Amino acid sequence: MSDLLNLSLTDVVSKLKNKEVSSAELTEASIQAIETSDNGAFITETPELAMQMAKAADVRLAKDDIGLIEGVPIGVKDLFNTKDVRTTCGSSILGNFVPPYESTVTQNLRDQGGVFLGKLNMDEFAMGSANLNPTFGPVKNPWIGKDGKSLVPGGSSGGSAASVASNQVFGATGTDTGGSIRQPAAFCGITGLKPTYGRCSRFGIIAFASSLDQAGPMARTVADNALLLQAMASYDPKDSTSVDEPVPDYSSQLGYSIKGKKIGIPAEYVADGMSEEIHALWQQGRVWLESAGAEIVEISLPHTKYALPCYYIIAPAEASSNLSRYDGVRYGVRVDPAADSDDKLHDMYRASRAAGFGDEVQRRIMIGAYVLSAGFYDAYYNQARKVRTLIARDFENVFAAGVDAILTPTTPSAAFAIGEQPSDPVQMYLNDVFTVPTSMAGLPGISIPSGLSADGKPLGLQLIGKPFQEGNLMNIAQKVEEAAAFPYLGV
Amino acid sequence: MKIDVKKVANLARIAVPEERLETLGQELEAIVGFVEQLSEVNTDGVEPMTSVVAMTQRLREDIVTDGDKAEQILANAPDRVSDFFAVPKVVE
Repeated sequence: MSDLLNLSLTDVVSKLKNKEVSSAELTEASIQAIETSDNGAFITETPELAMQMAKAADVRLAKDDIGLIEGVPIGVKDLFNTKDVRTTCGSSILGNFVPPYESTVTQNLRDQGGVFLGKLNMDEFAMGSANLNPTFGPVKNPWIGKDGKSLVPGGSSGGSAASVASNQVFGATGTDTGGSIRQPAAFCGITGLKPTYGRCSRFGIIAFASSLDQAGPMARTVADNALLLQAMASYDPKDSTSVDEPVPDYSSQLGYSIKGKKIGIPAEYVADGMSEEIHALWQQGRVWLESAGAEIVEISLPHTKYALPCYYIIAPAEASSNLSRYDGVRYGVRVDPAADSDDKLHDMYRASRAAGFGDEVQRRIMIGAYVLSAGFYDAYYNQARKVRTLIARDFENVFAAGVDAILTPTTPSAAFAIGEQPSDPVQMYLNDVFTVPTSMAGLPGISIPSGLSADGKPLGLQLIGKPFQEGNLMNIAQKVEEAAAFPYLGV
Repeated sequence: MKIDVKKVANLARIAVPEERLETLGQELEAIVGFVEQLSEVNTDGVEPMTSVVAMTQRLREDIVTDGDKAEQILANAPDRVSDFFAVPKVVE
């Protein structure tokens, strides 16, 4: 039974279609794998809902009336609102929140036959890179370094990455604001894709930074990502930034030759303290793509070093605005003001937000309030928006010169041990140094598990593509996947 | 760069205990110190980005498309009085 869980999402879809296995059998195996694990990947498990969905999928499978992922056990990051299922966004401020409606992405997955095993752990409000969640517990990476210490799964979609990598589910939804799909995918040895901004609807996704947030798939292989993205993506009139473009059949865009494709290697992606083995892996990726027929070109993205500071103005500014809705009035935690307060309403806001938000979320809200405040708005926020234009222009220039995709490492280092994360927030932010520029430019980026470090931890390579060219990007990514022959974990 | 933490905390509507003000100030100043390097970029004549994907704002018919969901909307409220959200007394 359990070796069924070692199959890729793509393989399990065909086994379900061919009636070699039922969704109920798979879902039971998945429930058991989750219940017997202590990896902390789930905030809320929904085994009863999963069995109901599996049985309904089996009825449709019997009639050959099937969706793209009919009957496949998947997990949902706990910031997609799911009707009548608690949705916390990893925060105690939403610890008891039960949405009365469904996000568009999860509705699309339901319509395509997905079976929901539960809501996956994450950094609070998607702000973080380690998934050491103080309210719902830390998530453990299924990989263990040679020194035997437990590793963080990365974040913010750390529960999604850990659950997929430990074969509890065949795929999961993530969201990526500055690297929150790609970094945990790299740390856990799976594949994760951040689509072009506007490809997946943001309706019903709890907002962090609205100009950056984008949902995407996380699964073992590139082909799995193609299928899952197709099931998630849509044009949605309920999200005014969703793009009115048809969703292609991504799976049919895989398997083509990349002969003559131009792959850019940006000179600026050499971070301080980047390990020798990450550098070697990057060189290896270049050789793999060259062997597959691609042409390697040296490129320059001159504003790369400003992407991270630019992000840490734009994202907190948007977060401080988005998170102002948590005021103890309409939903979430309320803390009553002191009886002798002379400003009971404001003291209620202040006490509720102090109790409900963790340290990192409080810091980012305050940074946002600061950079948007009178006297600082132009120097920080407007300057950041101008620099963002320049960062996007760097990529436009490179693509206009004929480059098809850009190859970089996903992260400057492998996963760190739980308890050995940097205590300085700025040091922690450097985890996202290679993923943030793509986000600032709204471009699609994919992390492919590409090798192991000397101490046995997964390492990822990132490919960055042109807007709405996810199919071509995944076709190139598959060449890296084939050459890397990554040793996925089995049950 | 010295940040007035009390002022920022008030703008953010977050109560900060007195004993936390100093360390929080140092943390915020470290982050602001990090982002300050943006000031060295020449942005003369550069438009601030408003949308990362070229798009025009869509219009729709000005009609009611949803409603009559008071129970659903109030279901997560910490406090309510009939069909209203209730808050601590504001006006004596």
